[in-house]
Amino acid sequence: MKKRFATAMLAAAAMAAALTGCSSGGQDDNVGKVYYLNFKPEVTDVWEELAQVYTDETGVEVKVVTAAGGNYESTLKSEIAKSDAPTLFQINGPVGYQSWKDYCADLSDSEFYNALTDKSLAITGEDGGVYGIPYTIEGYGIIYNNAIMEKYFATNSPVVSSVDEINNFDTLKAVVEDMQAKKDELGIEGVFASTSLLPGEEWRWQTHTANLPIYQEYQDKGVSDLDEIEFTYSDNFKDIFDLYLNNSTTDPKMLGSKGVNDSMAEFALGQAAMVQNGNWAWSQIAGVSGNVVQAEDVGFLPIYMGLPDEEDQGICVGTENYFCINKQTSEANQQASLDFVYWLINSETGKDYMTNKLGNIAPFSTFSDDEKPADPLAVSMLDYMESGKNNIPWIFTTFPSQTFKDNFGSALLEYAQGTMTWDDVKATVIEQWKVEKAAAK
Amino acid sequence: MGKPKKKYFAIFVLPTLLAFLIAFFIPFILGIYLSFCDFTTVTNATFVGLTNYVNAFTNQNFLNALWFTVKFAVVAIITINVCGFTLALMLTQGLKGTNLFRTVFFMPNLIGGIVLGYIWQSMINGVLANMGVTMLMDPKYGYWGLIILMNWQLIGYIMIIYIAGLQNVSTDVLEAAKIDGASRWQTLFRVTIPMVMPSITICLFLTIANSFKMFDQNLALTGGGPSNKTTMLALDIYDTFYGKVGFEGVGQAKAVIFFIIVAGIAMAQLVFTRKKEVES
Repeated sequence: MKKRFATAMLAAAAMAAALTGCSSGGQDDNVGKVYYLNFKPEVTDVWEELAQVYTDETGVEVKVVTAAGGNYESTLKSEIAKSDAPTLFQINGPVGYQSWKDYCADLSDSEFYNALTDKSLAITGEDGGVYGIPYTIEGYGIIYNNAIMEKYFATNSPVVSSVDEINNFDTLKAVVEDMQAKKDELGIEGVFASTSLLPGEEWRWQTHTANLPIYQEYQDKGVSDLDEIEFTYSDNFKDIFDLYLNNSTTDPKMLGSKGVNDSMAEFALGQAAMVQNGNWAWSQIAGVSGNVVQAEDVGFLPIYMGLPDEEDQGICVGTENYFCINKQTSEANQQASLDFVYWLINSETGKDYMTNKLGNIAPFSTFSDDEKPADPLAVSMLDYMESGKNNIPWIFTTFPSQTFKDNFGSALLEYAQGTMTWDDVKATVIEQWKVEKAAAK
Repeated sequence: MGKPKKKYFAIFVLPTLLAFLIAFFIPFILGIYLSFCDFTTVTNATFVGLTNYVNAFTNQNFLNALWFTVKFAVVAIITINVCGFTLALMLTQGLKGTNLFRTVFFMPNLIGGIVLGYIWQSMINGVLANMGVTMLMDPKYGYWGLIILMNWQLIGYIMIIYIAGLQNVSTDVLEAAKIDGASRWQTLFRVTIPMVMPSITICLFLTIANSFKMFDQNLALTGGGPSNKTTMLALDIYDTFYGKVGFEGVGQAKAVIFFIIVAGIAMAQLVFTRKKEVES
């Protein structure tokens, strides 16, 4: 009897040891490790390959975990509370910084920050420290398929005879409406691909399109953020939104079932001539099976909506991808992460991955002019950046919260379906902005 | 024999107790504590008192979600139990192919809620497309969509429990009722149903708990749209926690309120139906 009891006690002790063993999994504080929580599911494989390459080259362990699309914040929240927390993560701008400031290390003395070409792009705190550094620049506008445009220019009495002549909202509207009227002749189902308004898929409108009128309002008031907006240019937003809705492949009442993938597929299959999206969309367009869009045919048009001085308006260029180093992890891990990101922008291998495999337009002085991505949308975007046009910065990073965007998006859906008036949409936006800004304080 | 068993009690209970403490009790206490805190991550919290609870109760979305959940739960609980019980009755009559039907009805329960949500989203949108609208046109489509989905998923499971209950009803009692000249309806309401009260207790408990806690089906089917009009409590808590900057504490407070409501209703139901249970 005694013996059995002793065995049982031993078993219990062994189990306890095994349980505690889990939490202390052999850490060496002198050798840093890198743990990157990746934001973009579409490049998961590239990051994992990159981690392996870096480990082979330097012997430093790199772990990459990817958050599912749209779940970055929630994944980060749970991961960072663990003892083996991400050492390198990303925030989406000033609003993201507000929620993660307890975790962002000051990077102002790092080589990584010194290499940044435009220092104003970085996220700075109230104390003047640098807490987030952008690693890519992205741009969005109206992507058009020139093959279909050429077909239109060859029809009877087109409104304009070249895409270059479209330089304001009125011309855009005239061209689009004329094209819609001739859609059978052009072999398309609609000028614009579906205005995707499925919940969670409205970001192209409530974030990207809304960036322009809100930016103009900021400009008029000479500020870079507001606690309350008047949505002065809401009618301009309505104009372009109506144009998208009324000249589309899809009946506005059916938009609640359309996602971004649907829109991009329509564009790739040549059913639509235009779609609003950014340079990241090229891989998506090219990846659609049965894609008929040629690389040399795509380019960006600015999102014209009748804002002041729009003849000089360019596309929207900015970033919402900022690297941050977790300051609550060990010194060695922080240093290892800094070395890793610097290697990314300073070594031949790292740079090759950044530009060619990740398709990033990296804003660092370590990149020479020929080290830029070659995909057609990136090229079109770089053209705009060099053209001297007024490219519009991404100020949507100051939008109050995801809840604001979600509510704005559902209001747009209701407007599209005809269950809400535009005045109510405008009121919702103003009200939600105020409420969510106040809540974030 | 009794003594050695007692001696080993502590050892046998230890693994379960540890698992219970680690996976349930500690997070639960931590969760209640966090509902009084302002925090971004659970390891980095500052105490703020009752502010979160005030915010939760003054939040219109939360109250809307609460009302929507109640409306949903009442209808779903009734339809699921009535349909489940009817199917169970039919499948205990010795029909041909009983086993096949039982398997088929049970199968939807084996599919995850998110998958079901997306499948039903395409199906319902496909049907509504004939009318030129989508499910997000009007909250009533989403409401009935959720009810259909929940029924489809849970009826099979509830049916199995009722079948087990019905098979335990002694044939002696049923025969006695027949000899006494009871009609089929009288037998059903006066004999069978009182005899399966234990199954009814457990089925009601399961459907109440599941209807109130429903999350993934809601997220996948409508995502709360249009304009949060079909958001249920769990989804609203999720949106508060992850969708707003600095609102983690409020989300946590909502979760605690949610727990109290669901636990209260479920307990009241247990006490109430237990009283109705009879011995044969």
